[in-house]
Amino acid sequence: MTRFLAWAMFLFGVAYFALPLFGMTEFSLRMRRGVYSLDAYRVVLGDPQFQATFAYSTVMALLTIVVGVLVVVPTAYWVRLYLPRLRPVVEFITLLPLVIPPIVIVFGYLRLFNTSSWLPLTGTAAGTNLLLLMGYATLSLPYMYRAVDNGLRTIDVRTLTEAAQSLGAGWATILARVILPNVLVAVLSGAFLTFAIVIGEFVMAALLNRPAFGPYLQLMGANKAYEPAALAVIAFVVTWVCMGLISLVTRFQKFTPAPR
Amino acid sequence: MAFLELSALQKYFGANHVVRSFDLDVAKGEFVTLLGPSGCGKTTVLRMVAGFETPSSGQIRIDGRDVTALRTSQRDIGMVFQAYALFPNMTVAENVAFGLRVAGRPRAEIDAGVREMLTLIRLPDLGGRYPFQLSGGQQQRVALARALAARPKVLLLDEPLSALDAKIRVSLRTEIRAIQRQLGITTIFVTHDQEEALSMSDRIVVMSGGVAEQVGPPFEIYNRPATRFVAGFVGTLNQIAAEVIDAGAGRLAVGGAEIALGRAIPPGQGTVSLALRPEAVGLGGRPGDIRLAGEVSEVSFHGSVVRVRVEVAGGSIAVDTFNNAASRPPAAGERVEIAFAPSDVLILGD
Amino acid sequence: MAPFLVFTGLFLILPTLYIVVGAFRATDGGFTLQHIAGLNTPAIRNAYWVSIRISFWSALFGCAIGLGMAAAVIHGGLPGRLRGPLMTFSGVASNFAGIALAFAFIATLGPAGLVTLWLRTEFGVNLRAYGFNLLSTTGLIITYLFFQIPLMILIIAPALDGLKREWREAAETLGASTFQYVRMVALPILFPSILGCFALLFANAFGAVATAIALTGSSLNIAPILLFAQIRGDVLGSPGLGYALALGMVVIAGVANALSIWLRTRSEKWLR
Repeated sequence: MTRFLAWAMFLFGVAYFALPLFGMTEFSLRMRRGVYSLDAYRVVLGDPQFQATFAYSTVMALLTIVVGVLVVVPTAYWVRLYLPRLRPVVEFITLLPLVIPPIVIVFGYLRLFNTSSWLPLTGTAAGTNLLLLMGYATLSLPYMYRAVDNGLRTIDVRTLTEAAQSLGAGWATILARVILPNVLVAVLSGAFLTFAIVIGEFVMAALLNRPAFGPYLQLMGANKAYEPAALAVIAFVVTWVCMGLISLVTRFQKFTPAPR
Repeated sequence: MAFLELSALQKYFGANHVVRSFDLDVAKGEFVTLLGPSGCGKTTVLRMVAGFETPSSGQIRIDGRDVTALRTSQRDIGMVFQAYALFPNMTVAENVAFGLRVAGRPRAEIDAGVREMLTLIRLPDLGGRYPFQLSGGQQQRVALARALAARPKVLLLDEPLSALDAKIRVSLRTEIRAIQRQLGITTIFVTHDQEEALSMSDRIVVMSGGVAEQVGPPFEIYNRPATRFVAGFVGTLNQIAAEVIDAGAGRLAVGGAEIALGRAIPPGQGTVSLALRPEAVGLGGRPGDIRLAGEVSEVSFHGSVVRVRVEVAGGSIAVDTFNNAASRPPAAGERVEIAFAPSDVLILGD
Repeated sequence: MAPFLVFTGLFLILPTLYIVVGAFRATDGGFTLQHIAGLNTPAIRNAYWVSIRISFWSALFGCAIGLGMAAAVIHGGLPGRLRGPLMTFSGVASNFAGIALAFAFIATLGPAGLVTLWLRTEFGVNLRAYGFNLLSTTGLIITYLFFQIPLMILIIAPALDGLKREWREAAETLGASTFQYVRMVALPILFPSILGCFALLFANAFGAVATAIALTGSSLNIAPILLFAQIRGDVLGSPGLGYALALGMVVIAGVANALSIWLRTRSEKWLR
């Protein structure tokens, strides 16, 4: 009885998730009348605007990961080692982006950093790019921090640090050569997740008027029929690859002896 | 007719034959212990009685009713787990009331039952506490009260003392046994601790490799082990190799010295093992005892008992003597003579 | 520590505070409640209300279905091999939000979508005739569930793992049916976690803009779409009102979380 209910529940879920995925794939193949074809993909991939926006978002995602690592790793390390009392505060701050809607955050950016403000970031393209980058880093903060903090939990941060210090290493060396390699898997998990979030992000890019993949998707959706489905398939594959990489690196970690 | 009957129980996990043709009859009100090392199948037998595992074949009857195909909830049993397993979201009183509540008993009866049980386990004032506010020993007593509240026909105890401190473990033994006697409830107790088994049980089933090696009261199990496994698993046992000179007359040779048991031993063996409990061996001895010379290798002081290890030809013998303030125990390196009565020697074949 | 504080201060705290302060600042710089009061128009009230309803229902169904699926795999006796793939898929689907998700549902349940056409040609069922429209609150809830359910599966799994096998066995020996065990033991123990998940799912849906915009353009009047339009073109005709609108969103998401934390500490009394 229980098992029957469990199967029913599970299969219901599978059906709910499979239908839209099947639907979008099927739809993306229908561009040529009467037969299935890859025409929609050919059109999309050949579109210079697609190439430009996808490249822009990819670069943005990679930069976001770099910024995220630079901000999160030293902080998580420092809090674990020296300021355990500040932990709840830091954790609270890192969780805020899950509660404050991104649209509100970017709204704040537009007003706080407008052309007549003390830091007129929105005045130039480079400034706006930087702002978008910071926005993305903020969005990824909860995931990145959680991942890195979990990674630090599994290693003995204090002993590693003291051992490195006793060998004469400075802070930068300790972080880059000792701590980072040991939490690399955790950092990579956070990084792939960040990539998946940033690549299709819409609100921030649209409101900051940046030529990113998200706004391009919306533009296509408003004007084309079959291409959006093809784009959705591509976006889904990108997300899937990111998640696959996460489970791949986590599995890889299980075979490396944990430093203790 | 027995109150709880297990007949020809078998259990396979895949190709693994965990319980082999297990039979057991338990009388009403009896306290029976399944004793054995981990992996011997004792827990699987208990879980089959509880209904968590389905026997591959065989039958389980409780009070004349075949329960083999019944679900756990319909078997009318109570169970205490190793890790307490109290419901953390309920107070002590709510935990104890659980069985009565799901049975749909009236409010007044539930309250009375809970009060009675809490008195029985001597925690009458802790009904409002949550499990996390109790010590391990208190939690396990509450778990016992919960299992007993609905007056089940059979009580199953799955290593209930293993998670506790040594001191509480010993005091709870007596308490569980006293409550069991008071309620007269048929009980099956699973443990790997022979001391628990010997001190609490009416009967013990010693298990190994999915088979009951011996069934009997503690006195029998300890003093007349049926197999080499039982002899080795229950209590400390000294073994010395001996050559058979004359099986019919019971004459044997231990490292050059000849000894006479004064009774026949099973024929057809060239060498046998002589087994001796440490308390059956002395350093002085009485007339008629068998004597062997040896050298003391180790002396350990346990308070009321002093254990002296003596190396003799054919093996090493642990000798337990009572502490005596008037005479010092021997020192390591001293030459001594050990002595034991021929009737205390167990002969173990291969 | 310093880089973290500068970063979050500059790009998380200050921008939000700017909005909060802006909601109470009159044109001359003084304090005013006029913007907040200005929210009390039928259009804005309605936008909030629709938003809350969508978030509430998608969070509720997301919690229920996600819990059901996770429980089915973890405790329902399904083969253990299903667990890994389900978790990986949940990771993918919970992040497959935004524009692309809307496309997937348009291709499936939209006017020319796979399921819509199939039901019409094979069974003669016209979804539209039954009042179903993907570009509506119901459609939005169904679409949101695509990321809400997997998110629930991911965050409730650890709590489900925390349910000890012995609790269930103890309940069974005491005569409880599976249903009684679930109602009296499992759900009360899970309840705090479920509340926390509900709040997270609520906030998750409440802040979602991209899916709604791609799905409905700006035809559906919900708070984030209204705010989006306001930021783009000041459709409300008052910058202060925009701040107030944003503040309202933060407050609602915040209240949902505070409420769940409060209920959680109350229901967690047995864990200190």
